[in-house]
Amino acid sequence: MLHKPAATGGKDPAASYKMRLGVWMFGLYLLFYAGFVVINLTSPQLMEKTILLGLNMATVYGFALIIVALLQALLYDWFCRREEKRLAGETSETKESK
Amino acid sequence: MVILIFLFFVLLVIGLSFYLGNKAKTSSGYYAAGGKIHWSINGIAFAGDYLSAASFLGICGMIATVGYDGFLYSIGYLAGWIVALFVVAEPLKRLGKYTFTDAVDSKYNSRGIKLAAAISTLIVSICYLIPQMVGAGVLVEPLLGIPHFWGVIIVGAIVITIVATAGMTSTTYVQFLKGALLIIFSTVLVGAVLIRGLSTKPNQDGKVPFYEYKTLTGKMNGNQLTLDDSTWKVIEVQEVSSLKLGFARLAQNGAESWWVVTNKDGKVTLDESQYVAVKANGETWINGALSSPQNQLRQVGNAEQISGSKTAVTGSLNPFKFLEILSDKNTVVRIWKDVKITDKDGAKVTVYYPQFSEGSRLMRPGLRFKVQGTFLQQMDFVSLMLALFLGTAALPHILIRYYTVPSPASARKSTILAIAAIGFFYILTLFMGLGAMVNGTLNITDSNMAAPLLARSFGDFLFAVISAIAFATVLGTVSGLIVAASGAVAHDLMDRYLKVKMDDRQKVNAGRIAAFTIGGLAIILGILFKGMNVTFLVGLAFAVAASANLPSIIMLLFWKKTTSKGIAASIITGIVASLGLILFSPDLYRLYGLDPASAPVPFSNPGIISIPLSFIVLVIVSLLTYKPQMQK
Repeated sequence: MLHKPAATGGKDPAASYKMRLGVWMFGLYLLFYAGFVVINLTSPQLMEKTILLGLNMATVYGFALIIVALLQALLYDWFCRREEKRLAGETSETKESK
Repeated sequence: MVILIFLFFVLLVIGLSFYLGNKAKTSSGYYAAGGKIHWSINGIAFAGDYLSAASFLGICGMIATVGYDGFLYSIGYLAGWIVALFVVAEPLKRLGKYTFTDAVDSKYNSRGIKLAAAISTLIVSICYLIPQMVGAGVLVEPLLGIPHFWGVIIVGAIVITIVATAGMTSTTYVQFLKGALLIIFSTVLVGAVLIRGLSTKPNQDGKVPFYEYKTLTGKMNGNQLTLDDSTWKVIEVQEVSSLKLGFARLAQNGAESWWVVTNKDGKVTLDESQYVAVKANGETWINGALSSPQNQLRQVGNAEQISGSKTAVTGSLNPFKFLEILSDKNTVVRIWKDVKITDKDGAKVTVYYPQFSEGSRLMRPGLRFKVQGTFLQQMDFVSLMLALFLGTAALPHILIRYYTVPSPASARKSTILAIAAIGFFYILTLFMGLGAMVNGTLNITDSNMAAPLLARSFGDFLFAVISAIAFATVLGTVSGLIVAASGAVAHDLMDRYLKVKMDDRQKVNAGRIAAFTIGGLAIILGILFKGMNVTFLVGLAFAVAASANLPSIIMLLFWKKTTSKGIAASIITGIVASLGLILFSPDLYRLYGLDPASAPVPFSNPGIISIPLSFIVLVIVSLLTYKPQMQK
């Protein structure tokens, strides 16, 4: 009993699609995150500049890193669900035609 | 009243744990809650697990003392969830059983991996446990008026009881409750900060009179200090070359005090400091008088100038205006540092001295992490950001939560909800930290209490609730960590590596015995590490997790030539390299009581070396041990 999964999700036909999508989205976010680190190292004074609603670039970029993470997560979920539904539809159509 | 509210919350948590503990009759129930937790409960429980003492106590404390550099932890901790969601969550759920070890070993059934992964889980969990226990200690000190070590022991005892009787179902619901309450009451606290607004002379709504720190001027002639105000007598002046600052011991009307001396273009300025002196006869003196319940160090934290005005009171502010004012070049904030010196009479003196920072400098990285410093200092910053980014997805007590939901899709949805809840909370940390920085509520000796003490300035009710939630935060996080660590010992090491014959009931009991042992160890370490900022300590735990666990997870998922020997070697390399670099770093040297400048490792965050090294070792060992038939 102990070596069985605590809960099994069954076979996931969308697994490879989701893995590719995840890697792409991770890459995009990584670039955004790396931009923050690089600006701080190369021109930290830029971070003091007021750019939006009276907030400086450090604050705006920091908040953006948090908000973009959530937006990307929601987008990822939307794409995943769409693909899961599409493949589920295909599977049921195949079963019906049989 | 305060103690009653606090006890109510703590008893509620314990009661809930015992009630739900009845559900943990099997090992699946104990370690993974039977895999039947709803994704929405699990998502908030994720937030509860993740928003540990480090987030609530440590980040707020660090922002309160070094400004934006503390907020870097919020950014990095949240960004780490991107790795968890996009790269790790669903594949790991498909691979996994109960623990990190099961997941990385699922393709190989290798004893080497079982041993290495179990050791890694154990070490990362213990590294993460230390700051939680330190946080517990500082929390109960002002609340219950008992020493730090008692706080650590109480938390240890409660958590061991919770974990040993309940397991994962209990910790999940406790984390759900605590995560939700933490976010709700932190929002209330931020609302209160914004309604109060900013003042150059904060007095906690009239409860604590603002103390006006004095400034003196004078001249330096060689080592000779002469003051313009002749009512002050100079007793001694000491130079601290590593800080490029002088410290003067003065006396007026028989009362002694210490001052920080700055010499700019021949103009000498002395700013009043606070101090604690332990004299040769054992007496402790604080700010010129014997230490007593009435004579303690003053709470600190204020803006000297608000947008150029030395007497400003803003009234209520919207969140953007609050941040705009504090980022203003003409806003000046008094922040506090400390230095240990020995005076000419042999007393050991800790001087807490003020420094003045413009808002524009305070609200960008640089006060703690020297982004404009030497190459090594810059690498320390990069190393921190790397470890925070990669550490989340490698924390065993976070990974274990993926196994509590019924499907990979539930794991994904839980993670997204967690990102929303945690992201919102991390935005609040900036307001809470800055609020603590300028409201005159900071404990000068321990930044970890910034948020609860800020809450106390708004009344006992908020203080009691916030402290109780923070305490429950520690209880919940420590519970999750001990479940993960006891799983590593009882399930991975005893059952799977050593193949000790046990039935299901005995396995749960073995987990409980392991929980007792690990809890005891955590109590001892929590007492030893007193005084260090808890989020800094968690940052180090992230570095160990990212170095030891992440390379094997990533390569297992994305590189087909990964071998069991490669994984085992990578995990061990990650542990040894990261721990080795941490143990010989300047911050740990300070803890040992040694000169940080003599530390052989010149930076504090090991990730930039240990993470790539662990990846490289995995690739090399895998290539050396890979056999093409492994693919079949």
